[in-house]
Amino acid sequence: MDTSPNLDAAFSALADPTRRAILARLAQGEATVMELTAPFEMTQPAISQHLKVLEEAGLVVRRVQGTKRPRRLAKGGIEAMDQWLAMLRNALERNYDRLDEVLASMEKPKKGEKR
Amino acid sequence: MSKLTLKTEGDTHVVVTRRFAAPPEFVYRAHTDPKLLQKWLLGPDGWTMPVCINEARPGGKIRYEWTNGKGGGFHITGEYLELEPHSRIVHVERMHLPDPTPDNHVETRFDADGSGTLMTIRMTLSDAQTRAAMLATGMEGGMEASYVRLEELIYNSSSHGTQLGKQAHS
Repeated sequence: MDTSPNLDAAFSALADPTRRAILARLAQGEATVMELTAPFEMTQPAISQHLKVLEEAGLVVRRVQGTKRPRRLAKGGIEAMDQWLAMLRNALERNYDRLDEVLASMEKPKKGEKR
Repeated sequence: MSKLTLKTEGDTHVVVTRRFAAPPEFVYRAHTDPKLLQKWLLGPDGWTMPVCINEARPGGKIRYEWTNGKGGGFHITGEYLELEPHSRIVHVERMHLPDPTPDNHVETRFDADGSGTLMTIRMTLSDAQTRAAMLATGMEGGMEASYVRLEELIYNSSSHGTQLGKQAHS
Protein backbone atom coordinates (compact mmCIF):
# COMPACT_ATOMS: atom_id res chain seq x y z
CA MET A 1 0.00 0.00 0.00
CA ASP A 2 2.66 2.46 -0.94
CA THR A 3 0.57 5.38 -1.96
CA SER A 4 1.12 9.05 -1.47
CA PRO A 5 2.09 10.06 2.05
CA ASN A 6 -0.50 12.80 1.65
CA LEU A 7 -3.47 10.47 1.51
CA ASP A 8 -4.65 11.34 5.00
CA ALA A 9 -4.41 15.04 4.26
CA ALA A 10 -6.07 14.54 0.91
CA PHE A 11 -9.10 12.77 2.30
CA SER A 12 -9.34 15.23 5.15
CA ALA A 13 -9.23 18.07 2.67
CA LEU A 14 -12.20 16.50 0.95
CA ALA A 15 -14.27 16.53 4.14
CA ASP A 16 -15.34 20.08 3.33
CA PRO A 17 -18.11 20.71 0.79
CA THR A 18 -16.63 23.99 -0.41
CA ARG A 19 -13.33 22.31 -1.16
CA ARG A 20 -15.10 19.53 -3.01
CA ALA A 21 -16.90 22.14 -5.08
CA ILE A 22 -13.60 23.85 -5.83
CA LEU A 23 -12.11 20.57 -7.02
CA ALA A 24 -15.19 19.89 -9.11
CA ARG A 25 -14.72 23.27 -10.76
CA LEU A 26 -11.03 22.63 -11.34
CA ALA A 27 -11.85 19.26 -12.87
CA GLN A 28 -13.23 21.31 -15.75
CA GLY A 29 -10.05 23.28 -16.17
CA GLU A 30 -7.68 25.81 -14.70
CA ALA A 31 -9.16 28.78 -12.83
CA THR A 32 -8.02 31.86 -10.96
CA VAL A 33 -8.95 32.58 -7.37
CA MET A 34 -11.37 35.22 -8.57
CA GLU A 35 -13.07 32.76 -10.88
CA LEU A 36 -13.19 30.19 -8.14
CA THR A 37 -14.70 32.67 -5.72
CA ALA A 38 -17.52 33.75 -8.03
CA PRO A 39 -19.93 30.82 -7.45
CA PHE A 40 -19.63 31.02 -3.67
CA GLU A 41 -20.97 33.41 -1.11
CA MET A 42 -17.54 33.63 0.39
CA THR A 43 -14.74 36.14 0.39
CA GLN A 44 -11.65 35.68 -1.70
CA PRO A 45 -9.44 35.20 1.39
CA ALA A 46 -11.76 32.43 2.56
CA ILE A 47 -11.47 30.69 -0.80
CA SER A 48 -7.70 31.21 -0.74
CA GLN A 49 -7.61 29.49 2.63
CA HIS A 50 -9.44 26.49 1.19
CA LEU A 51 -7.04 26.45 -1.75
CA LYS A 52 -4.14 26.41 0.65
CA VAL A 53 -5.51 23.28 2.32
CA LEU A 54 -5.97 21.64 -1.06
CA GLU A 55 -2.46 22.57 -2.13
CA GLU A 56 -0.93 21.24 1.06
CA ALA A 57 -2.81 18.01 0.53
CA GLY A 58 -1.25 17.69 -2.91
CA LEU A 59 -4.55 17.98 -4.74
CA VAL A 60 -4.13 21.40 -6.32
CA VAL A 61 -1.16 23.22 -7.82
CA ARG A 62 -0.70 26.79 -8.92
CA ARG A 63 1.36 28.40 -11.65
CA VAL A 64 2.48 31.95 -12.19
CA GLN A 65 1.03 33.89 -15.08
CA GLY A 66 1.88 37.57 -14.77
CA THR A 67 0.12 38.78 -11.68
CA LYS A 68 -2.25 35.82 -11.67
CA ARG A 69 -1.82 32.47 -9.97
CA PRO A 70 -4.21 30.14 -11.73
CA ARG A 71 -4.88 26.85 -9.99
CA ARG A 72 -5.42 23.43 -11.46
CA LEU A 73 -5.85 19.88 -10.23
CA ALA A 74 -2.66 18.11 -9.27
CA LYS A 75 -2.74 14.97 -11.33
CA GLY A 76 -0.47 12.97 -9.09
CA GLY A 77 -2.42 13.62 -5.91
CA ILE A 78 -5.76 12.84 -7.46
CA GLU A 79 -4.39 9.70 -9.07
CA ALA A 80 -2.95 8.45 -5.81
CA MET A 81 -6.32 8.82 -4.13
CA ASP A 82 -8.08 7.28 -7.05
CA GLN A 83 -5.83 4.24 -6.99
CA TRP A 84 -6.21 3.89 -3.26
CA LEU A 85 -9.97 3.98 -3.53
CA ALA A 86 -10.01 1.57 -6.43
CA MET A 87 -7.94 -0.82 -4.38
CA LEU A 88 -10.29 -0.59 -1.43
CA ARG A 89 -13.27 -1.01 -3.66
CA ASN A 90 -11.73 -4.09 -5.21
CA ALA A 91 -11.16 -5.53 -1.77
CA LEU A 92 -14.78 -4.92 -0.89
CA GLU A 93 -16.03 -6.45 -4.10
CA ARG A 94 -13.77 -9.43 -3.64
CA ASN A 95 -15.29 -10.01 -0.21
CA TYR A 96 -18.77 -10.12 -1.63
CA ASP A 97 -17.79 -12.27 -4.58
CA ARG A 98 -16.45 -14.74 -2.05
CA LEU A 99 -19.66 -14.38 -0.05
CA ASP A 100 -21.63 -15.28 -3.19
CA GLU A 101 -19.75 -18.57 -3.26
CA VAL A 102 -20.28 -19.19 0.45
CA LEU A 103 -24.01 -18.56 0.04
CA ALA A 104 -24.21 -20.89 -2.94
CA SER A 105 -22.69 -23.67 -0.88
CA MET A 106 -24.98 -23.21 2.12
CA GLU A 107 -27.80 -25.66 2.58
CA LYS A 108 -31.37 -24.85 3.33
CA PRO A 109 -32.14 -25.40 7.03
CA LYS A 110 -34.44 -28.34 7.70
CA LYS A 111 -38.09 -27.55 8.15
CA GLY A 112 -38.91 -26.43 11.63
CA GLU A 113 -35.28 -25.90 12.49
CA LYS A 114 -34.62 -22.21 12.89
CA ARG A 115 -31.25 -21.34 14.16
CA MET B 1 -21.85 -7.16 -13.08
CA SER B 2 -21.72 -4.19 -10.76
CA LYS B 3 -23.95 -5.12 -7.89
CA LEU B 4 -22.18 -3.01 -5.33
CA THR B 5 -23.03 0.60 -4.62
CA LEU B 6 -21.21 2.78 -2.15
CA LYS B 7 -22.00 6.38 -1.46
CA THR B 8 -21.78 9.04 1.17
CA GLU B 9 -24.90 10.46 2.75
CA GLY B 10 -24.91 13.77 4.57
CA ASP B 11 -21.68 14.56 6.39
CA THR B 12 -21.32 11.47 8.51
CA HIS B 13 -22.76 8.45 6.72
CA VAL B 14 -21.50 5.92 4.25
CA VAL B 15 -24.07 3.63 2.64
CA VAL B 16 -23.21 0.37 0.90
CA THR B 17 -25.71 -1.82 -0.92
CA ARG B 18 -25.22 -5.21 -2.50
CA ARG B 19 -27.62 -7.81 -3.89
CA PHE B 20 -27.23 -11.52 -3.29
CA ALA B 21 -28.86 -14.51 -4.95
CA ALA B 22 -29.55 -16.18 -1.59
CA PRO B 23 -32.41 -15.45 0.83
CA PRO B 24 -31.96 -13.04 3.78
CA GLU B 25 -31.59 -15.88 6.25
CA PHE B 26 -28.48 -17.14 4.46
CA VAL B 27 -26.89 -13.73 4.16
CA TYR B 28 -27.63 -13.00 7.81
CA ARG B 29 -26.01 -16.28 8.86
CA ALA B 30 -22.96 -15.57 6.73
CA HIS B 31 -22.55 -12.34 8.72
CA THR B 32 -22.92 -13.89 12.16
CA ASP B 33 -21.30 -17.34 11.92
CA PRO B 34 -17.53 -17.12 12.51
CA LYS B 35 -16.80 -20.17 10.36
CA LEU B 36 -18.60 -18.59 7.45
CA LEU B 37 -17.13 -15.13 8.02
CA GLN B 38 -13.62 -16.55 7.87
CA LYS B 39 -14.35 -17.74 4.36
CA TRP B 40 -15.21 -14.40 2.88
CA LEU B 41 -14.47 -11.34 5.04
CA LEU B 42 -10.85 -11.22 3.99
CA GLY B 43 -10.17 -8.17 1.87
CA PRO B 44 -7.39 -8.29 -0.69
CA ASP B 45 -6.02 -11.58 -1.97
CA GLY B 46 -3.50 -13.18 0.32
CA TRP B 47 -5.12 -12.06 3.57
CA THR B 48 -6.67 -14.43 6.10
CA MET B 49 -8.62 -13.99 9.31
CA PRO B 50 -7.12 -16.39 11.85
CA VAL B 51 -9.13 -14.94 14.74
CA CYS B 52 -12.86 -14.46 14.36
CA ILE B 53 -14.90 -13.86 17.48
CA ASN B 54 -18.53 -13.07 16.79
CA GLU B 55 -20.98 -13.29 19.67
CA ALA B 56 -24.22 -12.67 17.84
CA ARG B 57 -26.38 -11.38 20.68
CA PRO B 58 -27.00 -7.89 22.07
CA GLY B 59 -23.88 -6.89 23.99
CA GLY B 60 -21.92 -9.68 22.33
CA LYS B 61 -18.33 -9.05 21.31
CA ILE B 62 -16.80 -8.85 17.87
CA ARG B 63 -13.12 -9.29 17.20
CA TYR B 64 -11.63 -9.93 13.79
CA GLU B 65 -7.89 -10.27 13.27
CA TRP B 66 -6.40 -10.26 9.81
CA THR B 67 -2.94 -11.13 8.61
CA ASN B 68 -1.24 -11.12 5.25
CA GLY B 69 1.09 -13.92 6.29
CA LYS B 70 4.11 -11.66 5.92
CA GLY B 71 4.02 -9.95 9.27
CA GLY B 72 1.35 -7.46 8.28
CA GLY B 73 -1.95 -7.35 10.07
CA PHE B 74 -4.49 -5.45 12.09
CA HIS B 75 -7.69 -6.09 13.94
CA ILE B 76 -11.04 -4.60 14.70
CA THR B 77 -13.15 -4.90 17.81
CA GLY B 78 -16.80 -4.14 18.33
CA GLU B 79 -20.01 -4.89 20.14
CA TYR B 80 -23.44 -5.91 19.00
CA LEU B 81 -26.27 -3.56 19.91
CA GLU B 82 -29.31 -5.11 18.25
CA LEU B 83 -30.02 -8.24 16.25
CA GLU B 84 -33.24 -9.07 14.48
CA PRO B 85 -32.82 -12.45 12.78
CA HIS B 86 -32.68 -12.49 9.79
CA SER B 87 -33.33 -8.92 8.85
CA ARG B 88 -31.21 -6.46 10.78
CA ILE B 89 -27.96 -6.10 12.71
CA VAL B 90 -26.73 -3.03 14.57
CA HIS B 91 -23.21 -2.93 15.94
CA VAL B 92 -20.33 -0.60 16.63
CA GLU B 93 -16.77 -1.27 15.59
CA ARG B 94 -13.37 0.33 15.52
CA MET B 95 -10.08 -0.46 13.84
CA HIS B 96 -6.83 -0.78 15.77
CA LEU B 97 -3.96 0.61 13.76
CA PRO B 98 -2.81 0.03 16.51
CA ASP B 99 -4.53 3.00 18.14
CA PRO B 100 -8.29 2.61 18.01
CA THR B 101 -10.16 4.70 15.47
CA PRO B 102 -13.37 6.46 16.55
CA ASP B 103 -16.38 4.17 16.69
CA ASN B 104 -18.19 3.37 13.50
CA HIS B 105 -21.89 2.73 14.14
CA VAL B 106 -23.12 0.22 11.59
CA GLU B 107 -26.66 -0.81 10.74
CA THR B 108 -26.95 -3.74 8.33
CA ARG B 109 -30.31 -4.63 6.82
CA PHE B 110 -31.18 -7.77 4.86
CA ASP B 111 -34.34 -7.27 2.83
CA ALA B 112 -35.96 -9.93 0.66
CA ASP B 113 -35.57 -9.00 -2.97
CA GLY B 114 -37.33 -11.48 -5.21
CA SER B 115 -35.69 -14.82 -4.41
CA GLY B 116 -32.59 -13.01 -3.20
CA THR B 117 -31.52 -10.34 -0.75
CA LEU B 118 -30.81 -6.66 -0.87
CA MET B 119 -28.28 -5.85 1.82
CA THR B 120 -27.95 -2.24 2.96
CA ILE B 121 -25.13 -1.20 5.27
CA ARG B 122 -25.41 2.24 6.79
CA MET B 123 -22.33 3.46 8.64
CA THR B 124 -22.43 6.49 10.87
CA LEU B 125 -19.27 8.27 11.94
CA SER B 126 -19.11 10.95 14.60
CA ASP B 127 -18.35 13.77 12.17
CA ALA B 128 -17.18 14.60 8.68
CA GLN B 129 -13.54 14.62 9.72
CA THR B 130 -13.79 11.15 11.19
CA ARG B 131 -15.47 9.87 8.09
CA ALA B 132 -12.73 11.34 5.95
CA ALA B 133 -10.12 9.65 8.12
CA MET B 134 -11.96 6.37 7.83
CA LEU B 135 -12.01 6.65 4.09
CA ALA B 136 -8.32 7.42 4.06
CA THR B 137 -7.18 4.57 6.27
CA GLY B 138 -10.10 2.28 5.81
CA MET B 139 -9.93 -1.33 5.23
CA GLU B 140 -11.60 -3.64 7.74
CA GLY B 141 -11.28 -6.49 5.28
CA GLY B 142 -12.38 -4.15 2.58
CA MET B 143 -15.47 -3.11 4.43
CA GLU B 144 -14.49 0.44 5.22
CA ALA B 145 -13.78 0.84 1.58
CA SER B 146 -14.42 4.07 0.01
CA TYR B 147 -13.53 5.69 -3.09
CA VAL B 148 -16.77 7.48 -2.53
CA ARG B 149 -15.59 10.99 -2.58
CA LEU B 150 -13.53 10.83 -5.69
CA GLU B 151 -16.28 9.04 -7.49
CA GLU B 152 -18.76 11.72 -6.53
CA LEU B 153 -16.32 14.41 -7.23
CA ILE B 154 -14.77 13.32 -10.44
CA TYR B 155 -17.36 11.15 -12.08
CA ASN B 156 -20.32 13.37 -11.35
CA SER B 157 -18.89 16.82 -11.51
CA SER B 158 -16.56 16.61 -14.41
CA SER B 159 -19.25 16.58 -17.02
CA HIS B 160 -16.69 17.51 -19.61
CA GLY B 161 -15.11 14.12 -19.21
CA THR B 162 -11.60 14.90 -18.18
CA GLN B 163 -9.28 11.97 -18.08
CA LEU B 164 -9.24 11.97 -14.31
CA GLY B 165 -11.98 9.53 -13.56
CA LYS B 166 -10.79 6.90 -15.92
CA GLN B 167 -7.44 5.97 -14.49
CA ALA B 168 -8.49 3.84 -11.59
CA HIS B 169 -7.35 0.68 -13.25
CA SER B 170 -3.97 1.79 -14.43
